[in-house]
Amino acid sequence: MKFSLGKWLLPTYVTLAFIFTMIPIGYTFVFSFNKVEKSNIAWKEFTFDNWLNMCDQPVVCEAFGNSLAIAVISTLISTALGTAIAIALGRYKFKGRSATNLLLFLPMATPEVVMGAGLAAQFLNVGISKGFWTIVVAHVMFTLSFVVVTVKARVATLDPRLEEAGRDLYANASSVFWRITFPLLLPGIMAAAMLSFALSFDDFIITQFNSGPETTFPKFVYTAAARGIPPEANVIGSLVFIVAIAIVMIVQVRASLKAKKLRA
Amino acid sequence: MAFVALGQGSAGNSSAPKKASRVAFILLAPGMIYLGLFFLTPLVSLVITSLKTASFTGEIGMYDYGFQVSNYAYALDQYLPQITRSFIYALIATLMALLISYPIAYFIGVKARNKPILQAFLLTLVIAPFFISFLLRTFAWKQIFSNESPATQFLQSIGVLAPDQYVIGSSFAVIAGLTYNFIPFMTLPIYTSLERLDTRLVEAGADLYATPVQTFWKVTFPLSLPGVISGTLLTFIPISGDYVSASRDFLGGSDTAMIGNVVEANFFRIQDYPTASALSVMLMAAIVVLVSVYVRKSGTEELL
Repeated sequence: MKFSLGKWLLPTYVTLAFIFTMIPIGYTFVFSFNKVEKSNIAWKEFTFDNWLNMCDQPVVCEAFGNSLAIAVISTLISTALGTAIAIALGRYKFKGRSATNLLLFLPMATPEVVMGAGLAAQFLNVGISKGFWTIVVAHVMFTLSFVVVTVKARVATLDPRLEEAGRDLYANASSVFWRITFPLLLPGIMAAAMLSFALSFDDFIITQFNSGPETTFPKFVYTAAARGIPPEANVIGSLVFIVAIAIVMIVQVRASLKAKKLRA
Repeated sequence: MAFVALGQGSAGNSSAPKKASRVAFILLAPGMIYLGLFFLTPLVSLVITSLKTASFTGEIGMYDYGFQVSNYAYALDQYLPQITRSFIYALIATLMALLISYPIAYFIGVKARNKPILQAFLLTLVIAPFFISFLLRTFAWKQIFSNESPATQFLQSIGVLAPDQYVIGSSFAVIAGLTYNFIPFMTLPIYTSLERLDTRLVEAGADLYATPVQTFWKVTFPLSLPGVISGTLLTFIPISGDYVSASRDFLGGSDTAMIGNVVEANFFRIQDYPTASALSVMLMAAIVVLVSVYVRKSGTEELL
């Protein structure tokens, strides 16, 4: 067989592209071990100190805690609201379906700066002072549509005969929902919640407009960038990365094990 | 709007039982009221604020309700370069992201189709950047592009850059950062389209003596178009409003400011809310027009 350029071109290109996407992740990780005096721009010396004392910069840890709390609360609300909408769209006929779809699509097609400035202008006009809860309100707003899209995909795979069978066996509406519909939708709901959590946790632009004096982790990084981001922020970023990758791997391994079991 | 034809879905539900539609209403109402209150009315607030007049007490950040349409003329006059720059940057970055993402998506969705472990691994790599704060990733590019970095020094030593020439602060740095941050948003929808591609169609093309290049442009690419369209929208729209990459604290310089930077500066630094709002309204209007034309031209109505 002769050597063919075409055969190697794509894998090489893809490998290079992946190296490109991994470079900043590597940088963030490596610079979390940098011994820093003034700014964390250039490499100085290797140290574990930043990892051992990551809350030495108390603002970083406080901002991180706020981000976690906001992400958890807004995810719970938007997952509940979004799942209800997804079920209605997937299961029921009703008037105004197109208007509903449009209203759900628009937030995904609106630049964050517009949503952020709009909500901030509204808070300003109404006279609400901004803080923790205005961030939660904003995050539920922009994550809701993503929850609906994700759960709707799962609703579409549901076999309505399973629910009918439940009703035939004299189950009432709420036990049909909690014992049949909900468990079947759960993987989709979990995926939606994870997406919503990730979007909220990493959001900066909408947050900046609606946070007032409250800090979140991304807001802290943005403000710190002028003076130089402390390596403790890199530590937290790297930690979040490791945890998230671990979760993804566990989910994937479990899914493939389940698939194997089904085949056996 | 061209995304969804309004009022289409109402046909045929007269036979739907009353009770079912009440259940649907109960399920829909909380979320839709929420979006009405915190997504739609803010857009109205934005328009109202964009027409406010300076308060006659002259206090900074205080404005009265009014109908000062000239706020728009002022915003256009002051910030036209930043507005055009936003769309040029967004266009270039979107095309760059497409060039990088399409082969990745093709490899994962078509070439790696029968290797589930490789496919899962590569998909994890695609979404991996999501798991590290995008501000930290952008800051990492600042470190890479910085004047003391090995990359810059290397480019200077081989003569690509003059000794006094730097990457940081240039349009190149900003566009590179924008491209990088939105690659996963481009890759995933294209992957989803290509994953469903029936490879027998590609084989049919080859059987009919089409060259691989012809087959790609006549069969594969058109079939992946829905993914390409969602991908380009999911990158173009957020990039046009982004202000992190172009910020001078990150990758930008003295003349890389985009519309988002101007909105941010007007909102927070000068507290000129009417101008900030007028710019946001114009950005939104431009996006709506561009997206409608684009979606209609490419013939895809179903996006959700």
